[in-house]
Amino acid sequence: MSGAILPAPSQRTATTGSGIGMSAWANMFFVLPYIIVVVALVIAPLFLGIWLSFQDYDMLGGWAGGVAFENYTNLFSDRIFLGTIRNTLLFVVMTTPAFVVVGLFLAITLNSHLRRHAVLRSVFFASSVLSVTVVTLVWRLVYLPNQGLLASVTNLLGLPGIDPVTSETWALPGVAVVTVWWIIGLPMTLFLAALQQIPKEIYEAAALDRASRWATLTSITLPSIRRTIVVVTLLEVILQFQLFGQALLITGGGPDNRSRPMVQFIYETGFRDLQVGFAAAASQVLFALMLVAAIVQFWVGRSRDER
Amino acid sequence: MGGLSLRGLSKSYGSLDIMRDLSLEIADGEFAVFLGPSGCGKSTLLRMVAGLEAPTSGEIHLGNRRIDAIAPGERGVAMVFQNYALYPHMTVKQNMAFGLRNVGTPRDEIASKIAIAAKMLEIAHLLDRKPGQLSGGQRQRVAIGRAIVKQPEVFLFDEPLSNLDAALRSRTRIELARLHQRVQSTMIFVTHDQVEAMTMATRIVVMNHGRIEQVGAPMEIYRKPSTRFVASFIGSPSMNFLPVVQAGESDGRALVRLADGTVVATEILSASVPRSGEMTLGVRAEHVTPGSGTAARVDVVERLGERTLVYAIVDDGSTIVYDEPGDVAPAIGEHVRLSLDPANVMLFDAAGLAYHAEPRA
Repeated sequence: MSGAILPAPSQRTATTGSGIGMSAWANMFFVLPYIIVVVALVIAPLFLGIWLSFQDYDMLGGWAGGVAFENYTNLFSDRIFLGTIRNTLLFVVMTTPAFVVVGLFLAITLNSHLRRHAVLRSVFFASSVLSVTVVTLVWRLVYLPNQGLLASVTNLLGLPGIDPVTSETWALPGVAVVTVWWIIGLPMTLFLAALQQIPKEIYEAAALDRASRWATLTSITLPSIRRTIVVVTLLEVILQFQLFGQALLITGGGPDNRSRPMVQFIYETGFRDLQVGFAAAASQVLFALMLVAAIVQFWVGRSRDER
Repeated sequence: MGGLSLRGLSKSYGSLDIMRDLSLEIADGEFAVFLGPSGCGKSTLLRMVAGLEAPTSGEIHLGNRRIDAIAPGERGVAMVFQNYALYPHMTVKQNMAFGLRNVGTPRDEIASKIAIAAKMLEIAHLLDRKPGQLSGGQRQRVAIGRAIVKQPEVFLFDEPLSNLDAALRSRTRIELARLHQRVQSTMIFVTHDQVEAMTMATRIVVMNHGRIEQVGAPMEIYRKPSTRFVASFIGSPSMNFLPVVQAGESDGRALVRLADGTVVATEILSASVPRSGEMTLGVRAEHVTPGSGTAARVDVVERLGERTLVYAIVDDGSTIVYDEPGDVAPAIGEHVRLSLDPANVMLFDAAGLAYHAEPRA
């Protein structure tokens, strides 16, 4: 009995299977250009970088063979490199919460149909389109010792002067402020888009439920945009680990390496000192850190989601 | 507890008048239904009572408190929204507790209030679910539960049944009527569905173009609509309207002539009817009987089970719908003669004002 029934479905599966196979191969042609680009520009360099990090490769001296983990052991005994890890982590810790909090604050404040709010939204986003050179130029004027805007304000208020360019304490926070000012537009826009998805009736129901402004924020708004908060955090962590231009142009990594980020270290060892293998190893450390941070973020966001 | 009093309410958006000088008294414990087509201002009126919309002018009083200037949450009203507006990230229990937590109700009191409401609405087994895991009907119950736990003086319903399927809608109608008997609070229910209005209301407020057309008990509105708009809006099938001219009087009662020359007797005092101007005769399907009278040709037959409706076309091209009293409906195209019950015929003047039959002494 079962023998009579079984062959029929298996035959049908076979025919559909080959049908799908045919069309899948045809579909490959549509994604082929993309695959070529990804393999050539992302996957190949990734593995090439990993391979390089185990080589003694100097741009002037050429390839001098594999060195196993020597690049890595050298890196972790290099005080400057360890300093750049600390700086980069500190920078991420300083900027990411600021992007979330300030971006959210701006989005909530400017989430209306008022004309002046539309203008302000554009203003806050406008700085994001400037190049890092222009931004740092403007901020060097602000940070100019004794004559800059910051010095004038602290003088006027009778406060002790802060000099981010030359102060070991204030160099990294100085760079962080510039960064937040520069690209606050993106998180703000993402939060605005999320806020506009919240149905108006929920706020009306909350008003009838006598929710205070604080209760409305914490019980209605924030839970409704939780996914966006996770996305913005993840995005900013990944972006801010790659700090380079602002630090190089404002402080040059100093004073005393206190604002030197990992990417600057990689740039200097690779492109100035031409030690490509060593730089590649540093790149892998940065990559691993970013990966871990992203996974932790993603995991925290998801487990809270499931609760 | 107290009745609701709306005094001279107006609402305009810029130069667009939504509502002008509307006044209405709703007694304590009444189930009032605001009925009207979309855009008539009924939802705006409800939202003004809730405090979600500010009146341009006028006052709203609840009991002896003036409430139009105070925050929505402090008015003593609770609202059930058309799309329920449940908090999607909160469980059913948290949804119901939110309003109570905000006013600092003790934890055990919240729990007992929720337990009572959940039992009443048969949602006790859903308390730990989130709105996304509930069906439309269940969400509806939760929305009602969220209103009940607050023990408001006035319940406001903004077309809460429009997202339910037909069977669930008629069941919920009965449950809401039962709920009203049980909690005895004032309820205002907004709908464009005359069946909902007729079945649940103690009083219907018929609205059109931001004005109140008529306020009255359901049967009063059905039997004695004060305007042609009300007459056409209430009742299914809609009332028949036929153009007529006046044809004198008999025994003090107005006579009118249909387009085909048939004279129809009415019980309307001829002295009350204006002498000139175009008139329209109105009569409901159940007050038209086949047999003798004006000639018509059967166009469509609708069998509804408990009644059969026949749509017939008279000489001037207008349609009369009537109840076929027998089980055997006439064939399409068949010629019939129809008579109109004088005691239930009404007249409307050019402005749409109604004139009704007066019972004889």
